[in-house]
Amino acid sequence: MTAQRAPASNAAELVLAEQFRALPREVASPARAAAFRRFEEAGLPNRRVEAWHYTDLRAALAAPAATLGAPDAAAIAEARKRLAVLERLAATRLVLLDGYFIAALSDPPPAGVALAPTPPLAPPASDPVLALNVALAQGGLAATFATQTAAKAIEIVHLVSAEGAGAIYSRVALTLEANAQASVVERFVGAGAATQRQVSTWFDLAPGAQATHVALIEDAPALHVESQVVRLAERAAFDGFGLVAGGALARRQIFATLEGVRGRVGFSGLGLVDGLRQADTTLEVVHAAPHGQSREFFRHIVADEGTGVFQGKVIVKPGAQKTDGGMKSQAILLSPHATMDAKPELEIFADDVVCGHGATVGALDAQQLFYLRSRGLPEAEAEAMLLEAFAAEAIGRVADPALAEALLSATRVWLAARGQGRRM
Amino acid sequence: MAAVQETVDRVRAIEVDAYKYGFVSDIDSEKPPKGLDEDIVRYISARKAEPQWLLDWRLDAYRRWLTMTPPRWARVKFPEIDYQDLYYYAAPKSTKAAPKSLDEIDPELLRTYAKLGIPLVEQEILAGVERPRVAVDAVFDSVSVATTFKAELAKAGVIFCSFSEAVREHGELVKRYLGSVVPSTDNFYATLNSAVFSDGSFVYVPPGVRCPMELSTYFRINEKNTGQFERTLIIADKGAYVSYLEGCTAPKRDENQLHAAVVELIAHEDAEIKYSTVQNWYPGDSEGKGGVYNFVTKRGDCRGARSKISWTQVETGSAITWKYPSCILRGDSSRGEFYSIAISNGRQQVDSGTKMIHLGKNTTSRIISKGIAAGRSQNTYRGQVSAHAKATGARNFTNCDSLLIGDQCGAHTVPYIEAKNSSAVFEHEATTSKISDDQLFYCLQRGLSGEEATALIVNGFVRDVLQQLPMEFAVEAQKLIAISLEGSVG
Amino acid sequence: MLEVKNLSASVNGQPILDGLSLTVRTGEVAAIMGPNGSGKSTLSYIIAGKPDYEVTSGEILLDGEDLLALAPEARAAKGVFLAFQYPIEIPGVATMTFLKAALNAQRRARGEADLTTPDFRRAVRGAAQSLKIEEEMLRRPLNVGFSGGEKKRMEVLQMALLSPQLCVLDETDSGLDIDALRVVADGVNALRDPARSFVVITHYQRLLEHIQPDVVHVMARGRIVASGGPELALELERNGYRDYANANAAA
Repeated sequence: MTAQRAPASNAAELVLAEQFRALPREVASPARAAAFRRFEEAGLPNRRVEAWHYTDLRAALAAPAATLGAPDAAAIAEARKRLAVLERLAATRLVLLDGYFIAALSDPPPAGVALAPTPPLAPPASDPVLALNVALAQGGLAATFATQTAAKAIEIVHLVSAEGAGAIYSRVALTLEANAQASVVERFVGAGAATQRQVSTWFDLAPGAQATHVALIEDAPALHVESQVVRLAERAAFDGFGLVAGGALARRQIFATLEGVRGRVGFSGLGLVDGLRQADTTLEVVHAAPHGQSREFFRHIVADEGTGVFQGKVIVKPGAQKTDGGMKSQAILLSPHATMDAKPELEIFADDVVCGHGATVGALDAQQLFYLRSRGLPEAEAEAMLLEAFAAEAIGRVADPALAEALLSATRVWLAARGQGRRM
Repeated sequence: MAAVQETVDRVRAIEVDAYKYGFVSDIDSEKPPKGLDEDIVRYISARKAEPQWLLDWRLDAYRRWLTMTPPRWARVKFPEIDYQDLYYYAAPKSTKAAPKSLDEIDPELLRTYAKLGIPLVEQEILAGVERPRVAVDAVFDSVSVATTFKAELAKAGVIFCSFSEAVREHGELVKRYLGSVVPSTDNFYATLNSAVFSDGSFVYVPPGVRCPMELSTYFRINEKNTGQFERTLIIADKGAYVSYLEGCTAPKRDENQLHAAVVELIAHEDAEIKYSTVQNWYPGDSEGKGGVYNFVTKRGDCRGARSKISWTQVETGSAITWKYPSCILRGDSSRGEFYSIAISNGRQQVDSGTKMIHLGKNTTSRIISKGIAAGRSQNTYRGQVSAHAKATGARNFTNCDSLLIGDQCGAHTVPYIEAKNSSAVFEHEATTSKISDDQLFYCLQRGLSGEEATALIVNGFVRDVLQQLPMEFAVEAQKLIAISLEGSVG
Repeated sequence: MLEVKNLSASVNGQPILDGLSLTVRTGEVAAIMGPNGSGKSTLSYIIAGKPDYEVTSGEILLDGEDLLALAPEARAAKGVFLAFQYPIEIPGVATMTFLKAALNAQRRARGEADLTTPDFRRAVRGAAQSLKIEEEMLRRPLNVGFSGGEKKRMEVLQMALLSPQLCVLDETDSGLDIDALRVVADGVNALRDPARSFVVITHYQRLLEHIQPDVVHVMARGRIVASGGPELALELERNGYRDYANANAAA
């Protein structure tokens, strides 16, 4: 319940303006300039901006780091070694190092997929941070999935070079032609406490196209801001999942628009938050056409002095009749000092709709815990079993069993580490 | 079915676009010039012969108000209000010297309240055998014109009087509690109210007393271009109980009228306050012309352990409603409740909900909100439930449902759920849908008209909340709901 | 086997048990009968160690060892098993996963090795067959969507699998039709053993027709007010609890 107001420029905004002006001449474009103007108008969002009600980016990004440049040969060679021991989650691996696509580290694309450099894309109207990404990102990747083709799964590894100190901006644009099918995993690897990462992924789905997407944040940057922009034409379907297991401040923001009739989106995710970390998932799903369906299912486990945030807004535009929307946010708090903030919003301008949301916050169920202990399970083990089950139900939204297993084992790693009192 | 038939008859009896309470009473009134400055604040205070501390409090609020801006976060749109183009005080001339008994009240005023169905004559009420007795404080424009049953209440030790009288007779109580729940700095409208509030009701229920009857205030805006700024203060001392009803209407006018009230409730240890509102200010015509801007700050403070505050509201009127009756659950094991029906039709805009702020241990709260949007209206539920880090054992259950009638309206839900400790358990659920075609068809097949069927289904939809209202009010509210939805079925 | 001595306990400050004493010998099946609100379920929870129950005085000994000092899981490892009146649903935890985790946790606590997967499966399958539990049920999340009868059979399956020393059955007959009751009772009877004791808590005599007790205790107002042979249950069936509910001092 706060007002939106354009703030005066602060020191961080001046640094970012300097970085924008310092961009090489050859990457300058009207689209970038327009994007940066939009960012400047709004400034870095603080809690007075409704979409950032629980995350103060002005505070978190008080000192923007210098932008990392394209990696040199030595960095690429070093990255190759690290990639060799990174288990694959898909047949084809594409690699972005410090935000730049490195063909030498990547596989050739699967049949039906064409790669290209990314053009600057116009961000949706409001979000200043996405505008900043468009203005500053030099590296990235664009892929087009050919019509009527079911492409083999792709993993995009976002790797940070060894030192990892600096700011990374990158953009991934994925275009699905009519009836194309794509399955993409994005993994964020190698960032450390000196990394400030701001990435965007753009999905454009032509009629009848189908995409599944999984984002996996396992490393530990100071800042991870991931914007996802999804546009769906008629009969297109998109399923996205995000696992946030690391990052001092991780913000995933999703903007989805069902532009054509009978579109379908499903977004789900799991936030595992410990220490002093904060994991914020904010999504906005716009039903702009009739007969659309959307489902959101997000869970958070929050320990120590962590903060989980879920903001979900489903907008049904006038005329988007027969919309079917359902959203659920559930959180378990494990410590007296853990925080969960949830804001599940509905904004509905059409009458023939069925929309609903539910949100729960609470501790582990004492009855369940006692039942397990009465059967002989030690308390820690009983707790772990319940937490894993809680997490597994969210991960259950991922259709690919191998991928689901990988997410589950990442969850187990986090749960085990928590049990040993790591990350303080 | 009888009630439904009655509802439908009532709907048919009124003409299209008819707001039953839209008449203007021809009552001579006394007004200072339009506009607001320190002199007007001093004038209001002087008219009421207030003590210096209250004048200072008002002036302090006024000066702060000058530095404030109206809140912009609500989903309501209206042109900037020219605060210099309003009258801040209007009093019926005939009550300039306060009436000593009900007999001295201007007969035109009595007729006005009779037309509104509000009895201001104790005998009449006493004569009616079945009618439960309700003590009424009637506020006409800026002043309280009559309070019934005062003597009987006094016997029980209950103070129920106009705010002005309370300042004169119970100055210490007023000084102690005024602004203690809604500080004069709280928000733009509450601060404005603090500077210029004219009258309102005051209730004090002493320790251990169960107030022997329902208390009620009836607000009526009559004068043109007049802002109404009443202030209500209710204190239930240790172990006391009081149920309080608030009703309101205004004439049909093409201009928008501003109503910026403040209600403060204080419940001490083991005390309970039940506050019910049937808000039926003039909503404007079907094209959105005229109507009341209802910008109200209502807040209850569960100050003592095991205290309880329950808000029930039926919001059918006003062009714009901006109100969030809230509970601060300070006392351990205290409880807050919010039951709401908000109906919007025509071009009405509603942005309403509640805040449940859990501060004490083992505090509980419950929110049931039913929003119904028809015509071209916009209906928003906005609510906040938060548990402080020290509020161990906090519990909340929230259910908020919206019903859409027609494809030109909007229904929105904006809940803020904030848990800051692991022992808090919050459950929130919300749905938005239109009236089920199956239900409608079933009713039609059994012979009901579309309007009857809609009224029936809507009454079912809001039943949980209606049940919270005192009997008399519930019947009234049910009729009001049907009237409000009149013309919404094609 | 089990000795409860002068046990008093309360929940949320409300006294429930008031100086209860009870002895159950090894191999004995003891029935505890009593009216609603007499504290029967509280007794079962306190034996199993449910948090929120405050023992204000007295002690509970299992083979001479103080049970009250132990965590619920430690009591389970010592062989205490509570068949819940309302078995808890645990979404997301597959029944098989749960059974294996519980069995191995108890074995580990007793210093035994984990059961191999084939051995474990064999053990479950055997128990499941005699209780008419289908494979499909074992694949579902624990107790989620189970009918009343299925939940109770699952309790007995766990009892069979974990082979406890002391089985406390809390209103195991509630919500069961006669066929389901017979299946459950047969399951319990199959586990009767000279080395194993049972405490069968029930409101009605009906269950005791299927599980014959050696002794019957009557509980009222938080203590045992009468004890006798199986004939006591029949008498209660005829006369109800009125005499005991009104009686002042315990027998």
